[in-house]
Amino acid sequence: MGKDIRWRFLLIVVIVGACLWAIVPPAQKIRLGLDLKGGVHLVLRVNTDDALKLETVSTMERVRDELDRAGITVGAVKDLNPTQFQVSEVPPQQDALFRQTAAEAQANYNRESGVGGSYTFTMKPNIAVQLRGDAVTQAKQTIERRVNDLGVTEPVIAIQGSAGDQLLVQLPGVTDVQRAKDIIHSTALLELKLVEQGPSPTREALLQATNGQVPPNMEVVSGVDTRAGERPETVYLLVRKAPVVTGRDLRNAKPSLDENNQPAVSFSLNNEGARKFSKATGENVNRLLAIVLDGQARSWPRIENRISDEGQITGGFTQQEVQDLSLVLKSGALPASLTYLEERTIGPTLGADSIRSGIMASLVGLGLVVTFMLFYYRLSGINAIVALVFNLIILLGAMSYVGAAMTLPGVAGFILTIGIGVDSNVLIFERIKEELAAQRGVRASVGTGFSRVFLTLLDTHSTALISAAFLFQFGTGPIRGFATTLVFGLISNLFTSTFVSRTLFELVLSRRQASTLSI
Amino acid sequence: MQIFKNPNYNFVGYRWHAIGLSTLVILAGLVTVWLKGLPLGVEFSGGSIVIVQFDQVPGIDRVRGAVGSAFPGGGQNIVVQSYGSPEQRQIMIRVPEVGEEQGTGLSQAADAVERSLAGSALGKFTVVGREVVGPVVGQDLTRKGIWATALSLLGILVYIALRFRLSFAVGAIVATIHDLLVMIAFLAFFRYDLSLNVVAAVLTIIGYSVNDTVVIFDRVRENLKGMRKDDISTIVNVAVNQTLGRTIITAGTALLSVIALFLFGGEVLRAFSFTMIVGIISGTYSTVFIAAAVVTFWRHKTARVPAGAPASVKAARAPQTARTKVKTARNPRVM
Repeated sequence: MGKDIRWRFLLIVVIVGACLWAIVPPAQKIRLGLDLKGGVHLVLRVNTDDALKLETVSTMERVRDELDRAGITVGAVKDLNPTQFQVSEVPPQQDALFRQTAAEAQANYNRESGVGGSYTFTMKPNIAVQLRGDAVTQAKQTIERRVNDLGVTEPVIAIQGSAGDQLLVQLPGVTDVQRAKDIIHSTALLELKLVEQGPSPTREALLQATNGQVPPNMEVVSGVDTRAGERPETVYLLVRKAPVVTGRDLRNAKPSLDENNQPAVSFSLNNEGARKFSKATGENVNRLLAIVLDGQARSWPRIENRISDEGQITGGFTQQEVQDLSLVLKSGALPASLTYLEERTIGPTLGADSIRSGIMASLVGLGLVVTFMLFYYRLSGINAIVALVFNLIILLGAMSYVGAAMTLPGVAGFILTIGIGVDSNVLIFERIKEELAAQRGVRASVGTGFSRVFLTLLDTHSTALISAAFLFQFGTGPIRGFATTLVFGLISNLFTSTFVSRTLFELVLSRRQASTLSI
Repeated sequence: MQIFKNPNYNFVGYRWHAIGLSTLVILAGLVTVWLKGLPLGVEFSGGSIVIVQFDQVPGIDRVRGAVGSAFPGGGQNIVVQSYGSPEQRQIMIRVPEVGEEQGTGLSQAADAVERSLAGSALGKFTVVGREVVGPVVGQDLTRKGIWATALSLLGILVYIALRFRLSFAVGAIVATIHDLLVMIAFLAFFRYDLSLNVVAAVLTIIGYSVNDTVVIFDRVRENLKGMRKDDISTIVNVAVNQTLGRTIITAGTALLSVIALFLFGGEVLRAFSFTMIVGIISGTYSTVFIAAAVVTFWRHKTARVPAGAPASVKAARAPQTARTKVKTARNPRVM
């Protein structure tokens, strides 16, 4: 036995051994995809326009304040769409002053003048792209925190879609889909705002004091009055637009009970938030403070005295609601709203069924191919079968090393590897037969068979890899699992069908002076 | 053991019959798609699927009646069918709507199905799976699917043109497009839904079919050197015959594994394995008849131009391949 062959044999043993180690026992070491394990698969779109609109409106409000301070009276200041706002009827004599005052907005906006002293501010394209990207990343991080707090093991949260504004959320083992969905998509925008008027039973009654107009720096929010023992009714409040503190100033939030022993959420503020909060509450003792969640006033307690860093949200919650609310408040607000595009639930029974039928199909496929190869190629068939089994072990081992999950289409890829993988051996064996028929002698025939076919195999595997690569690019989730299996199957097949198979042949031929070959 | 002892069939001679047969199948397929459309899976069309497992299966019609009452017009477009093997007692309900197009109301239709089943006396059941896809997803996928298919064809065309020559690349691509159309025809005949898995099967067949073709072309390239005086049709025909054993065996083992998948792989993979079965048969057939035929047409035309581009390509390649040949003859260990 040549030294060369011994080294090659050792290399094969090491590789296959390492792969075996990565997959035994399979029940623990092979990662299963969602479609086999069961769970929830969600695709949502981050409405990044929301983030742009927020930026545009707040810039616009700043411009409005600046104009007021500089004593410039303009016709109107209004937002046109998420990326544009307009200032109209700037008096001609104050034009230069206006340009100077509004210069700050031009860091992120392009200014364009129109007829009648109007100016349109359009967000710079690179700023818009950046804001959109930030919104998606922030949404992803927020959802990650929420999902982790839910206690889901091995969740997948990934950005996808051609516009890069979609999030794929996979929650293995989760069965209460509705709750998971609610927690993920709740914006959880918490704002504490000073109440100027109200609460009043109608909008009209509320605005009587201000002649039916909403002052520019204020807004109307509605809420449901749920005093104990009375029928809940909708009321309206006039509040200051600028919040005293927001959810961003929160340090912690946890479920608690209010003075009537009803479920409530207690929160504490960080240093910055506590400073703002204590100043505002100190200056406004005896006034009402509205606690606004996602645009809805949940409660409007009276400020009894200066509060520094603690507070409570009450308002007819159930126990489950306060738990979920504290969870989402802790994780922070979403920068933009979300819409669901796709929802898939795979129950554990369905997954188990798929695993059973996948194993069944693999065994039957393997049995059929093994029988055929033994029948057709006799002893050389054993060589091909060893190569095939090594092929499958290396495929699974490689997937395990890169952490790729086995999905149902992945099982299909595995079975295809069984059927198509022996092709390389068939190609080589047929060539060896041809060479034998031409009376070339056993060793020479084997050598020529392998070396002649190697380039062909390189070509066939390359073309197959090209289509597998595009398949990977095309697919999401399960299809990627399929493409991954194909790619690893192809690469390991090239190794086993040439290197392994040839080494086995030479190992056998080196021991005896063969004049015939069972092929 | 050998399936064919020195086969010498005139495949190239039957090319017109083959082209006629293929055209017939493809045209019939296209007409079926034109008249009845291609049934789309929920990933492409959008819609809701609910799979429930009953303690005791109440009969498809009763389930249909219960679900239909929850939708306007009696839910005429709702599909109710048993799912998987009978002992699993599972029923699949597919509704073309989702509720709201997207957003929080996305699962309204699926919820309505579950409520209607719970509200009627059909016995105990559990929901084992749900799939709700908004229409936006389908449009996105269709675009991506077409791009993936077109780009992988292009990638293969370029690869073969570089490694072999343009006429071979064109032959391989024509054969592959042929397989694509045959698969679509059979999907239309047998009314399997075009799902993500089916697209995966189609893309796999693209790789597989070319694979098969490359093996024959490889032989043609080798024979071109030894049979310089022969007509291209003869050279191609000899190559097809030389590799015939391998072509049949490979298709056979691939078919064995895919048939196992079709029979035992479960409901989810049925359309996938059906497409694979059609694709493997068509891929083998097109390799032997269509790809080879295209090469002979192309080369017959270009052969009339003496000292043209193909000839110089051949000359440029010859020394390199000749060297490898000598090497392999002396030292059979080269890999």
